[in-house]
Amino acid sequence: MSMNTQGRPTAPAHTGSVSASGSALLPSEPLLFEIGDHDHSGVDLPDVEINEDRLAGLRRKTPLDLPGLTEPEAMRHYVRLSRQNYSIDSGMYPLGSCTMKHNPRLNEKMARLPGFADIHPLQPVSTVQGALGLIEQLGHWLMELTNTAAVAMSPKAGAHGELCGMMAIKAAHEAKGQGHRKVVLVPESAHGTNPATAAFLGYSVKSIDANENGTVDVAAVKAALSDDVAAIMLTNPNTCGLFESQIIEIAQAVHDAGAYFYCDGANFNAIMGVVRPGDLGIDAMHINLHKTFSTPHGGGGPGSGPVVLSEALAPFAPVPFVRRNGETLEMIEHVEGGSFGRLTAFHGQMGMYVRALTYMLSHGKDGLAQAARDAVLNANYIKARLQDLFTAPFNGQPVMHEVLFDDAFLKGTGISTLDFAKAMIDEGFHPMTMYFPLVVHGAMLIEPTESESLHTLDFFIETMRELATDAKAGNAERFTAAPVRAPLRRLDETRAARQPRLKWQGDAQARQAAQ
Amino acid sequence: MRYLPHSPADRATMLAAIGAPSVDTLFSAVPASVLGTFSPDLPDHQPEFAVEAHMRALASKNHAAGDGPFFIGAGAYRHHVPASVDHLIQRSEWLTAYTPYQPEISQGTLQMLFEFQTQVANLLGMDVANASMYDGSTATAEAVLMARRITKKDKVILSGGLHPQYRDTVITYLSGEEGLECLSPSPEGQGDILDHLDDNTAAIVIQTPDFYGHLRDVSKLADAAHEKGALLIIVVTEIVSLGLIEAPGAMGADIVVAEGQSIGNPLTYGGPYVGLLACREKFVRQMPGRLCGETVDAEGKRGFVLTLSTREQHIRREKATSNICTNSGLCALAFSIHLSLLGEQGLTRLAKINHAQACKLADALAAVPGVQLLNKSFFNEMTVRLPVAAAPLVEKLAAKGILAGLPVSRLEPGKDEVENLLVLAATELMTDAHIEALTSAIKGELA
Repeated sequence: MSMNTQGRPTAPAHTGSVSASGSALLPSEPLLFEIGDHDHSGVDLPDVEINEDRLAGLRRKTPLDLPGLTEPEAMRHYVRLSRQNYSIDSGMYPLGSCTMKHNPRLNEKMARLPGFADIHPLQPVSTVQGALGLIEQLGHWLMELTNTAAVAMSPKAGAHGELCGMMAIKAAHEAKGQGHRKVVLVPESAHGTNPATAAFLGYSVKSIDANENGTVDVAAVKAALSDDVAAIMLTNPNTCGLFESQIIEIAQAVHDAGAYFYCDGANFNAIMGVVRPGDLGIDAMHINLHKTFSTPHGGGGPGSGPVVLSEALAPFAPVPFVRRNGETLEMIEHVEGGSFGRLTAFHGQMGMYVRALTYMLSHGKDGLAQAARDAVLNANYIKARLQDLFTAPFNGQPVMHEVLFDDAFLKGTGISTLDFAKAMIDEGFHPMTMYFPLVVHGAMLIEPTESESLHTLDFFIETMRELATDAKAGNAERFTAAPVRAPLRRLDETRAARQPRLKWQGDAQARQAAQ
Repeated sequence: MRYLPHSPADRATMLAAIGAPSVDTLFSAVPASVLGTFSPDLPDHQPEFAVEAHMRALASKNHAAGDGPFFIGAGAYRHHVPASVDHLIQRSEWLTAYTPYQPEISQGTLQMLFEFQTQVANLLGMDVANASMYDGSTATAEAVLMARRITKKDKVILSGGLHPQYRDTVITYLSGEEGLECLSPSPEGQGDILDHLDDNTAAIVIQTPDFYGHLRDVSKLADAAHEKGALLIIVVTEIVSLGLIEAPGAMGADIVVAEGQSIGNPLTYGGPYVGLLACREKFVRQMPGRLCGETVDAEGKRGFVLTLSTREQHIRREKATSNICTNSGLCALAFSIHLSLLGEQGLTRLAKINHAQACKLADALAAVPGVQLLNKSFFNEMTVRLPVAAAPLVEKLAAKGILAGLPVSRLEPGKDEVENLLVLAATELMTDAHIEALTSAIKGELA
């Protein structure tokens, strides 16, 4: 039996291969099921007697099969696991379109005040006036920053917000007797969630090509518009990191054709406090509180995606919403007509609202605008200092908060975008977004955010330059073999998909592995 | 500004490198008519202490559940969460990591998700679970869509014991579609779903313990559904119940969805929570949401990756199984840590304590003259019929610092038959003194 550095078995003798314990500061860790057992527990609870008369004969017979850990074991398990994660706090995380900015800790402290964390969603509203006040204030910030008429707070994430906005559009068309409109226009560069959302609601998706500068021409939109078109879904700034310079004309054309303008607000960080999307003519836009307003990504959620709405769409907003009645705030949970319905139980992501409002108050309107300007400055600085070695497909205008390169500079080296990304890992950086957007070959989308210092940016740039130089010098193995300094080498994703193992199956799984 | 690292000199250095005279010129693609031409009605930046004072003032206007006797459940439950859970989830490496798209430097999150999926599958008695959903209600809606994809049939029957806001969420997700049948509220466990089952049925959705607290043996319903080629979707809103009550998988469920908030996550006024979704193995390619799977690295070491992503929007775009691109990662972590601390022994004990507490509460309420207990069976939640409308009574008790439960009329407005119904929950945090305060206050109001 192998033992790890705690003298704890890394695997029972019969389970076969379990990874070694790593080194002192780069630990590997067995699975919970290999270290816990059914007799251990990290809570002290009495074993009370119960009478089964009220269980309708449904007492559990199926084994729970849940291992337990005492508190010290649990601390070590989850701390050791955590050390195999990259994080914003440990280094630059330049994932384009993801806005990995600093997550202030005041946000976390405020979200844990009992007045926010320990209130029930169905308490009488007279007992949660502070919570309703918070929702009202956050809504005010979002509407002021976007110049819009209403905000739907409940969507649980960006894609949920897209669903919200598109449902409002669908309801508005139906109310006008325009339910026959079954087409949604989506540019090729859009996030995958846009066409998925449109299809979810029964729309067919019509793709719009970008021009040679990476933006959408009003002429292309006009050519695609017809009496069948319900909406356009456009990201601005777009996923190539460019501001859609004809956006006002596009909005006008969309409205003239009787359609609505859904704006994907994933990239709002570039323009918050500087440009108001309502002034551009948008009808609906989700705002990712976990991108723009610094709520933590948490390894993949929870998100929060409130949707701002134009006056035309406001009557169709989902329930619930907060309404002021003099000194009192009301939570409106049911309405007759208008509203398209309810997107989730309860009222949305209160814990994220607290964090986002805390962040907004900390920055203020001046700080938010400065943050957007710094984010744009940082992306342009990276572009300026890398463009002689990397290849930027679009050079018609300055970039906004992110810079897009393609893989043309790697031509003939035998190195792919994926290889380049993995080599960045060995140099201590999280890679940029790869292979997105789909409109350029081997995309590398770099979003530094406003949180990076000049010192860090310079270090990142020097690293990227050194890698590009080495790639061009023919040192392919450094890239194709990478990473070699991460906790694991490259993972076999094909095998994972072909023979899915989605839960631990103990002995049976170990036997299968041995064969 | 404390979150922005650049000094004016840094910005000047960078502008020089770019060759731009000012940051404004970087915004040259923005039409001048909309660039900085407004003055929002918002304050400027503030020091940390001022922001904290503002937020504390808001928080202080709320009556926290821990401030007094508290009996509300109805899909969100107040349980004790060990201090170590909140400490661990605030570690930078958990809190500030992104979705694990680069598996070599995300094994912490990925292994945790693999452990989470295993815990959830075992708890629910199912073959496979995904890496979590937004919450229980949206997971229910996604399960309904999944069942329609699998069976290629339309009709979906929502039982009368399904949480009304879960029902409303499903209605919204399916708006414009044919085939949704919502049965009337069944506070006494009445109504026979079998009467509605036919050959065109894609799924039956049933909650247990149901919204009114009743435990439902759905084995026979599962058999009947399967005979008609329909799937059984079981919904669980109080996940702690599975420490004592039979697993949905053992009762014939094809898809199980649950709200996982009760384990590891505070009430937080309704979110963020963590939706659980599990199914039989043969349906895995129709699942929505992220899945984590085991594999090996280039040296043969065990590792984990996100997998089966050909179901998902970033690959399939308009042909994806769902538009979802987020799970509830940090809440899933809290769930997984708390469940590891409980283990089989701890969860079983916790569930028994909850049931014993609920029995005490039920007996005390039934002893109040005029109050009728509607449940023959329950886990930790029950419904009583009052001799008066429930909502005004709850308001009066709230004014006395007692949060007495949920008046059903709040979620089912305009339905006379539920006007006097009150749903109450008991957990390990309830005390005998809380029960005494509640029952004497009700007696006082009814006198």
